[in-house]
Amino acid sequence: MKYIDEFQDPELARRLLDDIHAIVTRPWALMEVCGGQTHSIIRHGIDQLLPDGIELIHGPGCPVCVTPLEVIDKALEIASRKDVIFCSYGDMLRVPGTGRDLFQVRSEGGDVRVVYSPLDALRIAQQHPERQVVFFGIGFETTAPPNAMTVHQAKKLGIGNFSLLVSHVRVPPAIEAIMQSESCRVQGFLAAGHVCSVMGTGEYPPLAERFRVPIVVTGFEPLDVLEGVRRAVRQLERGEHTVDNAYARVVPPEGNPAAKAMLADIFEVTDRAWRGIGVIPGSGWRLAERYREFDAEHRFSVTGIDTREPVECRSGEVLQGLIKPHECEAFGTTCTPRTPLGATMVSSEGACAAYYLYRRLGTTSGAVIPSGTATMAARTSGSAGSTSEPAPLEGSPVV
Amino acid sequence: MCLAVPGKVLDIEERDGTRMATVDFGGVAKEVCCEYLPDLRVGEYTIVHVGFALQRLDEDSARQTLALFEELGLLEEEFGDPWELAAREATK
Ligand code: SF4
Repeated sequence: MKYIDEFQDPELARRLLDDIHAIVTRPWALMEVCGGQTHSIIRHGIDQLLPDGIELIHGPGCPVCVTPLEVIDKALEIASRKDVIFCSYGDMLRVPGTGRDLFQVRSEGGDVRVVYSPLDALRIAQQHPERQVVFFGIGFETTAPPNAMTVHQAKKLGIGNFSLLVSHVRVPPAIEAIMQSESCRVQGFLAAGHVCSVMGTGEYPPLAERFRVPIVVTGFEPLDVLEGVRRAVRQLERGEHTVDNAYARVVPPEGNPAAKAMLADIFEVTDRAWRGIGVIPGSGWRLAERYREFDAEHRFSVTGIDTREPVECRSGEVLQGLIKPHECEAFGTTCTPRTPLGATMVSSEGACAAYYLYRRLGTTSGAVIPSGTATMAARTSGSAGSTSEPAPLEGSPVV
Repeated sequence: MCLAVPGKVLDIEERDGTRMATVDFGGVAKEVCCEYLPDLRVGEYTIVHVGFALQRLDEDSARQTLALFEELGLLEEEFGDPWELAAREATK
């Protein structure tokens, strides 16, 4: 889809690709954990520039996509209350709950406000002491420190009408769950760079060791992704499985100590359901006991929620890397960004939306591989990696 | 929401007992909490996530990333009017 000339530094992109093509001798399946990386890969056609046998499996790292339906329904319920100002990031507005979304709640008269930062929600609470202000606190380890600081501030300033609807998720337990799944084909991970900018790299060596997989901390920009792939493939070809930091300009090994200390104070680890995947033990954070007063789930008793996912939505399989989005029947027909059936079609970091937006023609002809690039010297069949090309995107709309 | 955007620190001051910085993102200035980077200085570049400075970044990398985001329209996505963006999404 994309030409290599469209990379910010085509020369560097070409060199990285040449190197990847030169070192690959057999198929490998890598998972990029983060939705930002998925977006970048599909938008820039990186998967099409890589050697045929290198498969990128899109991981569950889009927080909008994995926030459980039950939590979305709770959010919709709370946001509909007359006394509530419900604050959220813009990404959550169109995530389908059971039958409706925040956008609809707003059009039905709910006071739903979009904020840039959770501190904005706290300010709204200060300005409206007579109302209850709830912030929808979702996201991975990168989004959690801002929410933690906001709760800390609310307590410090005694802002009693503020609360957080929390559904935080953590990457390392998800990697563990993916590796333990019977259908797992992943042989190496591109870990999410910005998550590591907060948490550092310390949680990953035990995982790399236990599952014998390379874990390469990788950024989001196209060249970062290429570098991450290069390093992961190099390790795989050498039979290594270590944690490597390909994003050192943003990720110090220790992460951000002040943010980690705040997280440890405000939150505690809990089991968390991931939309489409199920409960992953220890994979989330909730407010610690001493901050319960700021927990929207405790403040508002929301009962009688009856969650229903559309049966045709296969986002769970997409999120686990078992199918690619266009293999879902509904893709591009009954399910589009305009009428999303699943959360993965909403956020541009969701794999379904990324495929829809950037893979309309679904050909590989646009992927210009530098001439003289080595093809794979040999393809051994013993690998778990798949060599099959993605199916042409039939049914996907053409612009 | 997932985007972390690099920007240049223009000014730092204490507000409500919190260290807040004014950060310039290629022309858009935003208030940013820098409690998590206690020794961040004016003139430095930082990576900002939902209004919080989370790491430092060298100037060259920051400029390159900003140029890329600008080109891809990601800055508008991050700082533009979210209702308008969502409404536009809905009619794609
Ligand atoms: S294309 Fe739509 S229905 Fe199919 S898995 Fe993706 S979000 Fe679900």
